[in-house]
Amino acid sequence: MTAIKSTDRAAAATSGSAVLKRFAPWIIAALFLLFLPVIFASGSALTIMNQMAITIVFALAYNMLLGQGGMLSFGHAVYMGLGGFFCVHLMNMVAAEEWFLPIPLLPLFGGIFGLAFAMVIGFFSTRRAGTVFAMISLGIGELIAACSIIIVVFFGGEEGISGDRTMGPEIFGLDFGSQIEVYYLTAAWLLVSAAAMYFYSRTPIGRLANAVRDNEERAEFLGYSQRYVRLISFCASGFFAGIAGGLFAINFEILTEENLNLVTSGTILLITFLGGVGFFIGPIIGAIFFTLLQTVLSLYTEIWQLYVGALFVLTVMFFPGGMSGLLFMHVRPYQLGKLNILFLPYLKTFLPATAAILGGVGFLEIAFHAKNASVGDQMMTLFWLTFDSHGLIPWLVCVLLAIVGGYLACRMAPLLRDAWDEANSLVAN
Amino acid sequence: MTAAIELMDVRKNFGLAEIIRGVDLRIERAERHAIIGPNGAGKSTLFNLITGKYGLTGGTIKLHGEDVGGLKPFEISRRGLSRSFQITNIFANMTVFENLRCGLLWSMGYKYSFWTLVDRQSRLTERAEELLEQINLGDRRDTIAGVLTYAEQRALEIGITIAGGADVIMLDEPTAGMSHSETAAMVQLIRKVTEGKTLVMVEHDMGVIFDVADRISVLVYGEIIESDTPEVVRASAKVKEAYLGSSLDEADA
Repeated sequence: MTAIKSTDRAAAATSGSAVLKRFAPWIIAALFLLFLPVIFASGSALTIMNQMAITIVFALAYNMLLGQGGMLSFGHAVYMGLGGFFCVHLMNMVAAEEWFLPIPLLPLFGGIFGLAFAMVIGFFSTRRAGTVFAMISLGIGELIAACSIIIVVFFGGEEGISGDRTMGPEIFGLDFGSQIEVYYLTAAWLLVSAAAMYFYSRTPIGRLANAVRDNEERAEFLGYSQRYVRLISFCASGFFAGIAGGLFAINFEILTEENLNLVTSGTILLITFLGGVGFFIGPIIGAIFFTLLQTVLSLYTEIWQLYVGALFVLTVMFFPGGMSGLLFMHVRPYQLGKLNILFLPYLKTFLPATAAILGGVGFLEIAFHAKNASVGDQMMTLFWLTFDSHGLIPWLVCVLLAIVGGYLACRMAPLLRDAWDEANSLVAN
Repeated sequence: MTAAIELMDVRKNFGLAEIIRGVDLRIERAERHAIIGPNGAGKSTLFNLITGKYGLTGGTIKLHGEDVGGLKPFEISRRGLSRSFQITNIFANMTVFENLRCGLLWSMGYKYSFWTLVDRQSRLTERAEELLEQINLGDRRDTIAGVLTYAEQRALEIGITIAGGADVIMLDEPTAGMSHSETAAMVQLIRKVTEGKTLVMVEHDMGVIFDVADRISVLVYGEIIESDTPEVVRASAKVKEAYLGSSLDEADA
């Protein structure tokens, strides 16, 4: 965040270059999104990118609660899901020509619906932060997920409801029949939403969300009701989650109970935390990373969720700042010109650590294959090697790798710590 | 003229325990008033009653003549009363500058707005910078408040407290846990920033009290046993009895 802040201060001056500097990250992001499909043109790549974009919007919305407002929600999928369901209904009404609405504006209505619902729930759930808020969010999450099976007319029961995005009125000859059109629509919404959420965090209410997060009592004695501050943050978060839901509806044209349940709520918490709650770009990194794991890693291994879980636990235990926190930790050594000190210790620690991780992964994969592959299928391929999962040698190799790698990494860790301290100290070396 | 703060038969029970047992107190505008008393006398409770953190069990509290009993802290704050805390109470994950800016927002009329960008408000930035200089933390502007030294955090606490321009300032043990030199600097700061304002402070350091206060109230077991000028309080037999002579004699030495 330090980097972002300093650009802000520079922008306080109203010169043209300062304005350019202020908007530079957004212009770069826009160009990046514009040219991304040129590099990744395949249909599956577009699908992954769309999914990423939706997850980013949702994760950023979630971080308005968790990172900015200090509210831990276990049921935020509700606001995205309800926004999505509402949008599918709108889409169907548009298709039946009961309503006139250009499809590109659909996410806005998803957002409004998310906002409306967040207002109702937030009215009582934001009275208290902390455990009380978390418990209420969990309860509401479960409640709405249960309702989706019961209230068939809105949620469509177990099979959910589906729509057709191509049945809307054509705007500039676009009917969103092709993936690329959907990509650009999603990308545009991503850019607008991300910018809106960033600038929201720089407004008085955005700063106060941080203040209430840090110390709600203090904020009260400065003239602000902690409850209203939380309620407004909650509504804003619900709005952007609803936008994500609208984008989901356009992309997938179907919403089911899965979009509302606790698994989805838990996943967005995991994504946001992995990416890091302390920085604006944290959830973005988390969403990209997680979508890649979900779509690419899942092609290679059936137990990818186990790895994600392990990664999450490790992050919570050792890097509570998440991936973005890890990244920004290096700003100071960089500014001091001491990044080079870290290079060798990193190499010495991470090489054996990687070996240990590979050993662990190998062990798990072999165990999984030995237990779950069909009878008689004993050959498996791992890291471009094909071997017999029932043989003793692969097991031994994996265990050896894990033990030796782990031991060496632990031996090297103090070295890395010393180098880290030195890289962060002001004393010149 | 109406008093800055007026307490009439204020009572507070926690369950069956009577902590504040009928306090009457009148603090005039621009007065520097200290509340002293042995540990457990109810000083902090009285503070929390006046600032709205606790609800009243009985009695009336008036701020500038207006009844503020039963109002929430943020409502009392908006009526021009600001307080600091015994335990440092700052926004630990925000920079020193942002801490001060948060203290300014309400009084400068920003309310809950989400249509203005704080970094573009030059008046706001200016005022925050002024405060920064006032509390002598100019060189710590962009430091995260949580990593400041204890004395610096206490100064920041004062800064946030006075930021909103409240005319009644209540300080809860502002020099607690400070060294002699830090205490001296703090007293100087308190004098500077409360110029022309009503100051109410709870304090244990008798040196500080006799140095700063115009009037002193002595709270013992939830009742005010004496409320007068430092000279009178110092000579009071009742007060000597309550304190067993110890602290006041120390201050004399």
